[in-house]
Amino acid sequence: MATETDRLSNYHKAYEAVRAQASEREPVWLGQLREDGWARFSAKGFPTTHDEDWRFTNLAALAKTPFHRAAAGEVFVSASQIAPYGVDGAACQLVFVNGHFSPELSDLGSLPDGLLVCSLKRAIDCGREGCAPEGIEQHLGRYADMSRDAFTALNTALWEDGAYLRIHRGVVLEQPIHLLYVSAGAGAEIATHPRTLIIAEDASQASIIEDYVSLGSEAAFSNAVTELAAGQNAVISHFLVERENTASFNVSTLRIEHSRSAQVDSHSILLGGGLVRNNVHPVLNGEGAECLINGLFAGAGAQHMDNYMLVEHASPHCNSRQFYNGILAGQAHGVFHGRIVVAKDAQKTDAKQTNRNLLLGDNARVDTKPQLEIYADDVKCTHGATIGQIDETQLFYLRSRGLALADARNLLLYAFAAECLDRMKNPAARDFAEKLIRERLQELASAAKNAALATTDERKAQNREELG
Amino acid sequence: MALLEIKDLHASVDGQEILKGVNLTVNAGEVHSIMGPNGSGKSTLSAVLARRATYEVTGGSVLLNGKDLLAMEPEEAACEGVFLAFQYPVEIPGIGNAYFLRSAMNAIRKHHGQDELDAMDFLPLYKERMKLLEIDEKFMSRSVNEGFSGGEKKRNEILQLAMLEPKLAILDETDSGLDIDALRIVSRGVNAMRGPDRAFLVITHYQRLLDYIKPDFVHVLVDGKIARSGGPELAIELEKTGYGSAEAEALQAQHA
Repeated sequence: MATETDRLSNYHKAYEAVRAQASEREPVWLGQLREDGWARFSAKGFPTTHDEDWRFTNLAALAKTPFHRAAAGEVFVSASQIAPYGVDGAACQLVFVNGHFSPELSDLGSLPDGLLVCSLKRAIDCGREGCAPEGIEQHLGRYADMSRDAFTALNTALWEDGAYLRIHRGVVLEQPIHLLYVSAGAGAEIATHPRTLIIAEDASQASIIEDYVSLGSEAAFSNAVTELAAGQNAVISHFLVERENTASFNVSTLRIEHSRSAQVDSHSILLGGGLVRNNVHPVLNGEGAECLINGLFAGAGAQHMDNYMLVEHASPHCNSRQFYNGILAGQAHGVFHGRIVVAKDAQKTDAKQTNRNLLLGDNARVDTKPQLEIYADDVKCTHGATIGQIDETQLFYLRSRGLALADARNLLLYAFAAECLDRMKNPAARDFAEKLIRERLQELASAAKNAALATTDERKAQNREELG
Repeated sequence: MALLEIKDLHASVDGQEILKGVNLTVNAGEVHSIMGPNGSGKSTLSAVLARRATYEVTGGSVLLNGKDLLAMEPEEAACEGVFLAFQYPVEIPGIGNAYFLRSAMNAIRKHHGQDELDAMDFLPLYKERMKLLEIDEKFMSRSVNEGFSGGEKKRNEILQLAMLEPKLAILDETDSGLDIDALRIVSRGVNAMRGPDRAFLVITHYQRLLDYIKPDFVHVLVDGKIARSGGPELAIELEKTGYGSAEAEALQAQHA
């Protein structure tokens, strides 16, 4: 059996390569951050299912795959290869290939004044040469918690690039910003650690789509960390789209820091990937802050989709809403872990959590786990979860009007998914999500075997409901 | 050729035989009423004709325009002209009425090799039929039956009937739970749809509905069989005497 050190040796090699490249040009604080990250990761390695936060997700396959680091430009990707992954109506598109910014493939569009969208690495390099790095040091690594999470530690040690967004005070951008993270192994299994930093100043407004895709069928490991600092009255929508191939591993962490009255929506659309872990961690750190955590995960085959929500209410009068819908076919396994922590002085907290799941086959599975830790005494916290199947009476009703079985199923799946779409306010981002979801549900509806359906006719939907 | 020809139909639910040899012939243009006490098999008959899978056919045959209806899936039966107005219309959150109905119409049109209707063709017709059934246009964008009152659900069923223009319309206790105003509206909708190419199977427990929808024939279903058949006067007789006499006759026949 390989020792822990052997298994992590590829990550160690990558760390040494990153440090060797970076040591000349990176500021001291960043080097220190990387050292801390590496020390924490190498001490503990990947978590196991003994860790309560990872109870339902086994990382053995990830840990034993010898992923490599790809150097910038090592794999060539053409514009035509990424053309199908565009977002209609986007303000700009930043493209990263295997974790490295590709200026050739990116389209910066014409952004309004007061909006900076660029490569994080370039922004830091630029800062060293004298033009202001705009407070990157004050924000980068300040929110995402390395001590709690091994993947954040690993990302902090190994990140090479990612997007840097700064939306200046009062600036409003209607069209979404599209960040496309491409894994292109060209035969090799590649690990990337994209790092995104979004600083939304007071009263700014923007929508950001963080989109993970793979070219080719090789396994890739994307370990992404995004820190989003939302200033007072900022209104930000963040969309995570996971549509990598089913051999891939994707661990993403979105850490949101809310200032007073900031409103941040997190929308996760998980359609692809083999093993996916989606961490969303807002900290409501100012009175009147609001967050919406909305997600849809739709898996088939052997896909594993784990959603770990940690909502921290740190100030009074904050609202949080969590809505996650899961659709699972084949042997797919979904997880929803919704943790709400209300601090002692976060009075008048209003927190709600709902997780609804549809299982399309006998071998599909979902684990849903609410976890409330409330230290304040004047709060409203509710949670509920349901697990069911496609309703046979609804299916029959649609078919009795002439709709073919696959179409009727597709319509019911879409109605279930549409609840999530209805919560997306940005029209272009919503249309984009709708297109992807429709395609995915079409696959799920027609792939499901008729045999599995016949049995649903004879079986009443079993709903396990838990309301608190 | 008869529109619907049911011969010695036997059907079970969960292994229990409910229909025990139903014979019935319905021609285009006719309105047949099926009456009978609770548990006699009225709803089972309608579900079998609409091809609901939970109802297992154990014997007999059903021909629709000469085609084997029992070999059809629910959507095929619908495309061939069968429409069931549900006793308990199903709520489907997240699917709008107009979208649903247009999809259904287009599925049927496609089956017959006709072009699909776009929203421009569909909407004027939809609005006109909504007026007939006194349904507010706001209902178009609401989810199918979601949050509708009992009367609204039944009117929505008849609205669908009016749009889908089936050959055989089965009304399964459409009158149950309706107040007199709603009953009038629903009946007006049904009567507007009567015609030489269309037949109705009106399933009801009460004679009251038949004051508004005049049947050509009345059949009494007792214990899974048609015990008596007659003209509209039979319904009136039953209203006075109840199902007791029909039940007694059926019992006698069994022992004979």
